[in-house]
Amino acid sequence: MTEPPDIDQRLTMFELMTDMRLFEKRAYDLFLQGLVKGTSHLSLGQEAIAAAFGAAMSENDWTFATYRGHAHTLARRVPMGPVMAELLGRDNGLMRGKGGSMHLTSVPHHMMGSYAIVGAHLPIAVGAALSASYRSSGQVAVCFFGDGTTNIGAFHEALNLAAVWQLPVVFVCENNLYMEYTAIGSVTAVARPAADRAGSYGLEPVVVDGNDADAVYAVAVAAMSRARAGDGPSLIEAVTYRHGGHSRADPGKYRPDDEVAAWLERDPIVSYRARLIAEGVDVALIEQIEAEAKAAVDAAVAEATAGAEPSADLLEMHVFADGGSSWRN
Amino acid sequence: MAELTYRDAVARGIAQEMTRDESVIMLGEDIAGAGGVFKTTVGLLDQFGPRRVRDTPISEQAILGAAMGAAMTGLRPIAEVMFSDFFAVCWDIVANQIAKARYMTAGQVDLPLVIRSANGGGSRFGAQHSQSVENWAMSIPGLKVVAPSTPEDVVALLAAAVRDPDPVLFFEHKSLYASKGEVPDGELVGELGQAAVRLQGNDVTIVALAAMVPRALEAASQLAGRGVHATVIDLRSLVPLDVTTVAESVTATGHLVTVEENPRLCGWGAEVVSIVAEECFYDLDGPIVRVTTPHVPLPSADALEDLAMPSAERIVAEVLRALG
Repeated sequence: MTEPPDIDQRLTMFELMTDMRLFEKRAYDLFLQGLVKGTSHLSLGQEAIAAAFGAAMSENDWTFATYRGHAHTLARRVPMGPVMAELLGRDNGLMRGKGGSMHLTSVPHHMMGSYAIVGAHLPIAVGAALSASYRSSGQVAVCFFGDGTTNIGAFHEALNLAAVWQLPVVFVCENNLYMEYTAIGSVTAVARPAADRAGSYGLEPVVVDGNDADAVYAVAVAAMSRARAGDGPSLIEAVTYRHGGHSRADPGKYRPDDEVAAWLERDPIVSYRARLIAEGVDVALIEQIEAEAKAAVDAAVAEATAGAEPSADLLEMHVFADGGSSWRN
Repeated sequence: MAELTYRDAVARGIAQEMTRDESVIMLGEDIAGAGGVFKTTVGLLDQFGPRRVRDTPISEQAILGAAMGAAMTGLRPIAEVMFSDFFAVCWDIVANQIAKARYMTAGQVDLPLVIRSANGGGSRFGAQHSQSVENWAMSIPGLKVVAPSTPEDVVALLAAAVRDPDPVLFFEHKSLYASKGEVPDGELVGELGQAAVRLQGNDVTIVALAAMVPRALEAASQLAGRGVHATVIDLRSLVPLDVTTVAESVTATGHLVTVEENPRLCGWGAEVVSIVAEECFYDLDGPIVRVTTPHVPLPSADALEDLAMPSAERIVAEVLRALG
């Protein structure tokens, strides 16, 4: 149906996945050291989806992500330093410490936000797609969300409206089999939480192995082409698994050991690395990518930890467009 | 100068802005073909076409979410929530998303959008189609909140809201739609956060909003017959709030009575009163009094709804009580 990714794109995906993995593992270490506060939700094990879309999207396409959005942010080439600094709550953070892990946003990179209320960003992505359509800009909105989102009203409202108006938006369900601490299958009326709903909105059911970057890339390119051609939205269900729990507070003990072990065997980065080498990519090149990722993470941590605490004046800035928060004369 | 209904003023204000700015589009239920269930958007589909005036499904989260996404990517949407009571089904988009996006991103996101809604009681619609919810919006940092009382203000403040770089909730009062007023010809653009002194008097300051403004003026007229001369201030906007106009008047009269449709607890009057109590305490010559609906859902029967809503007679009685 579509052309397979060329070697440059495949190396890009490997590089992005490696960046995401090393970044998040280091972020987790920093939680344990008490440097990262609050909560965070890691994409460890799910990186292939964000990386494949990152490679498939054009620079001006928009990303809308969830509170589990570190990977999706890095996929848009947002520099690691400000992202790490945001996790640490520093003034040199991506949003100067005002958003935190769950709200990573970088408008210059068309990373239009990470949204922490399940389902909210689907209609928002529809609005961006409406804007693209109205302005004939050729842009596509790509909206990532988890399996749990398929049971909330905003999912259905957004899918319907996008389909009725044939808007250029790609909905990507990252089905990691668990909505927070509960198996998605035990709380959902259909077996495939996203794909089995597609028909309700006149869309084709698309299921892809979310741990196979090449496979995700193929469906991403097809969906984006469809959107750009004016043929409307797509709904993709990418099946994957998170290596850890739902959030920092969750050890993920509700998952059977053999299930976890089986999915760890299917690590998207380990398998992709092996595939690239088997298909002739020089090991030295792979190792160089890995070394560069590690160096980038080291530099990001250094940049973040050197950052100042946000100054007090930031508290009452940025509520309104005049830069402040004044509500009276 | 022409006489216009409050209802027709909505369409005039929108048309003025859509003519001026191609990036203004409209979204809402029954707004296009039907011209709105309150007939506030009649003619706009014919004038601006279906690309810009868009009927939506009954999907308030999708309407407001789409307005937000469009606003953050270069458009200036005007979304309609048919009855303000329906904000309850899409309040996440309003309170968590639209209101907070600029702050959480340290100013990266612009949200120039307007959400219009038919607000308020007096139409016998019962508790789920009659509320005054402007105080819900007032309590959320990041939103501007406007509620006009005259046709001229509908046009001028709607224009100001569309041009404003921040999200504005624009509360039209459904019991005012049939009311009429003179509206100047030509382009009208108001200013958000400027109260209007509708009547000048030396004895008491009555502060009101939307449909309570004509109610307060009626009360003032009755009071004048009893030798009490009231200043009536139409706040017009809760955020930004024109404290200066209120405080100057209270300083002159020494008495404040607020008239609001909100249920008693945490209605907008409570905020105005607390500010005046703090900042004008030594200018006050008597207790501040709030006239509100009682803390009940609005009933539908004529007799009960009339009893719930502040009446001119109740305002008169409360003013006299405030004056001792």
